[in-house]
Amino acid sequence: MRLELSPRQNVWPLFRLLSPIFAMAMAGLLASLVIMILGQSPQAAFDVYVLGPLDDSWAIQEIAIKMVPLVLIATGLSFCFRANLWNIGAEGQFTFGAIIGSILPLLTQGMGFGPWVMVIALLMGMLGGALFSLIPAYLRAHLNVSEILSSLMLVYVAQLLLDWLVRGPWRDPNGFNFPQTVNFDAGSLLPVLMDDGRLHAGVILAGIVVLVSMIVLSLTLFGFRVKVIGSAPKAAGFAGFSSKETIFAVFIISGSLSGLAGIIEVLGHIGQLKPSISTNAGFTAITVAFLGRLTPIGILFGAFIVALTTIGGENAQIMLKLPLDLTTCFQGLLLLCVLVSDSLTSYQIRFVSDKPSPTTPIEDA
Amino acid sequence: MQTDEAPPLVSMRQIVKRFGQFVANDQINLDLAAGEIHALLGENGAGKSTLVKILNGLLQPDAGEIYWQGEQVLLKSPRDASEVGISMVFQQFSLFENLTVAENINAAFTEHDTHGFGVRALADRIIEIGEDYDLNLDPNRPVHTLSTGERQRIEIVRALLRHPKLLILDEPTSVLTPQEAEDLFLTLEKLASGGCGILYISHKLHEVRRLCSKASILRNGRLVATCDPKSTETVEMASLMVGSSVPELRAPALHKIGDIRLHVEALSLPSQDIHGTDLHHINLDVHGGEIVGIAGIAGNGQSELFAALSGERLAQEPRHICIDTLPAGLLDIESRRALGAVFIPEERLGHAAVPDMRLSDNLLLSRHGTDNLIHGGLIDIRRSHRLAHDVVLQFDVRSASKNPYARHLSGGNLQKFIMGREILAEPGVMVVNQPTWGVDAGAATAIRQALIDLAAAGTAVLLISQDLDELFDLSDRMAVIYAGRLSQTLPIQNLTREMVGMMMAGSEVDHAA
Repeated sequence: MRLELSPRQNVWPLFRLLSPIFAMAMAGLLASLVIMILGQSPQAAFDVYVLGPLDDSWAIQEIAIKMVPLVLIATGLSFCFRANLWNIGAEGQFTFGAIIGSILPLLTQGMGFGPWVMVIALLMGMLGGALFSLIPAYLRAHLNVSEILSSLMLVYVAQLLLDWLVRGPWRDPNGFNFPQTVNFDAGSLLPVLMDDGRLHAGVILAGIVVLVSMIVLSLTLFGFRVKVIGSAPKAAGFAGFSSKETIFAVFIISGSLSGLAGIIEVLGHIGQLKPSISTNAGFTAITVAFLGRLTPIGILFGAFIVALTTIGGENAQIMLKLPLDLTTCFQGLLLLCVLVSDSLTSYQIRFVSDKPSPTTPIEDA
Repeated sequence: MQTDEAPPLVSMRQIVKRFGQFVANDQINLDLAAGEIHALLGENGAGKSTLVKILNGLLQPDAGEIYWQGEQVLLKSPRDASEVGISMVFQQFSLFENLTVAENINAAFTEHDTHGFGVRALADRIIEIGEDYDLNLDPNRPVHTLSTGERQRIEIVRALLRHPKLLILDEPTSVLTPQEAEDLFLTLEKLASGGCGILYISHKLHEVRRLCSKASILRNGRLVATCDPKSTETVEMASLMVGSSVPELRAPALHKIGDIRLHVEALSLPSQDIHGTDLHHINLDVHGGEIVGIAGIAGNGQSELFAALSGERLAQEPRHICIDTLPAGLLDIESRRALGAVFIPEERLGHAAVPDMRLSDNLLLSRHGTDNLIHGGLIDIRRSHRLAHDVVLQFDVRSASKNPYARHLSGGNLQKFIMGREILAEPGVMVVNQPTWGVDAGAATAIRQALIDLAAAGTAVLLISQDLDELFDLSDRMAVIYAGRLSQTLPIQNLTREMVGMMMAGSEVDHAA
């Protein structure tokens, strides 16, 4: 017995629209089951995971802060993924962007320069991420090296480089030997937007990136080209779109947005370089990109749900004594449900028997 | 001997098969006796494949019965069909290029089938069957060294090893030269005289008249007639198939043959693919106002030649390809389009069109550079919709919605769209590969007429095709491609089918041309 997926002839458009809602309901059910097994009431958990964080302004700002790197990275990744290029090293580009972006704030620390340091630092962060992504792009375009492996391995390179910097040359001499740099000047940091929380200007940048990406993907020849290369490479050749150029272009987009996310994290709410600047945003963003079906608006929703449950998970740890890893488990369940439900919208499952079934002549009824 | 009282070998009764609202088979009856070569005729989409898939166990009918030698059977899978004695040779081969003939055949069998006799014993059986039925095959040759005709023989031998009582062949001659087709007919006649029933699917009427003693004609999912093809007029069978008389091609208005618009000189290109064909020293001129045909069996360098002409692969030097006297050998496809050339690849979905994109986006695919569709990187979406709609109207592209996805169009309608997209670009040169492959007769006529009219308007048309009828109908001059070499181009009046057939099989090719 084996399973076969065969494409459905006609898919009701409403069905496609409802598919993510159905997926969320399924994920909710499965999560409730897990919570019940752990001896808690699903309703209490729903209150803590979903409703709690939406209750006060501080928590909502924290959600937005968590969303910023996820949205930026996932939007960049969506360009790569749409072109069928599997950049899974966003975490490395994020880290390298944070490193390069931190050079100027470090050099100018204590000199009291104004916000132009911040502007240049953001640009340098993007440049750093882009440069770092050129390595897998070059290897793929010219030597046909799998970008999956090369980009992933470079994550460790970037993380170890950061580790070495903050323990060695860039360590704060007055930092009691903690592996971290000095705190950057307040003037070099992203402005805070609210009085009662940490919400910073990175949110605005993320919003701009989403808007621009929507326009690029749906209205420009470049967006068209990325989609054609991803869905029909031969047709892309026929259209005259060079696959090498596109590989570089999407890696640069994805790398610079990851780098931007890195430096925004540093200048937004961390204020210095240290090994723990990332909370795995570069990997979580892959989930977010697929939760959002590789569309900028979808990515906003996906990032919101992931950020919400992450904050909720922190609360649940305290209030319900549930393990923090459970959050990752829920996010995984959700992604799984979304992918399954999307697949079942477009395909139907058939059971095919492998055993030879005896051919039995049937008697006439 | 078959007597009138004996039940037919297979009898299909009132077969109905629906796909959603679409009725693919509507109460079809078909009887086939042992030793009979029975033609199943019909256009693409008439329901032939569906009916045959039901008989082969790949599809289950929604209603109706199948009787095998008088007893009702349920064929739930191809294995069930094979166990009663039904084997099928598909139009598209499923072979592993790097394995030998015997290994390929072995791969299709389980131990249960071969009774564990292994590859070596299998090789002996292959030779035996080859001798019995004139199907020459060396079991130890790797498949990638074989011609298409030889590959087809593998499929036939594979089917015969199961000792079928009924053999189904789906358009088997579409990949063969006329001579190879004749060899196949002799094999089939030998098989039939041994008592095997043969169901022969085709839309080529002259073949059916040559080979078959009975014909069932399907149209729009219904059985419209059963006749004896040898005593029925071809015209009559054709109109039964199409449902009305087939439109005739209109001869072009008198027009001048102009200057050379496409010039190919000493074009050689090594293949990039190990199973591909190298191009050797190709010379060719196409004048404005004429259609030059290139005949040849699939896999002799047609797709490589197309890629070299379109610029999807660059030539070695600019002078090897000239468009309107401008050296274009090192220009990419967009630069060649800018010189007024258009290209229509063989593969519609995935090469000439993106399946998951709407027609307006598919219009953009080949015309984004030449039609003022992009302003500062932004797509003029209004204009792309309008131009796509122009194509739909002028080329009678039929679909359920106004701007459908490419994959939702039938083969014929998609090809009409692609032709229209390129023709409305008002090209000076058109290179087209297999324009009517898998297209219904109505659409094929429309497409051929469009090519004739295009040439009459002064365009140089290079038509690469495997359909000899099409080439003889359309071409002013013709050449044959074999193993990556192109013969001399000769006026169509000086050529016969037999000559072209011989050249397609590799003899008499003028290498010095």
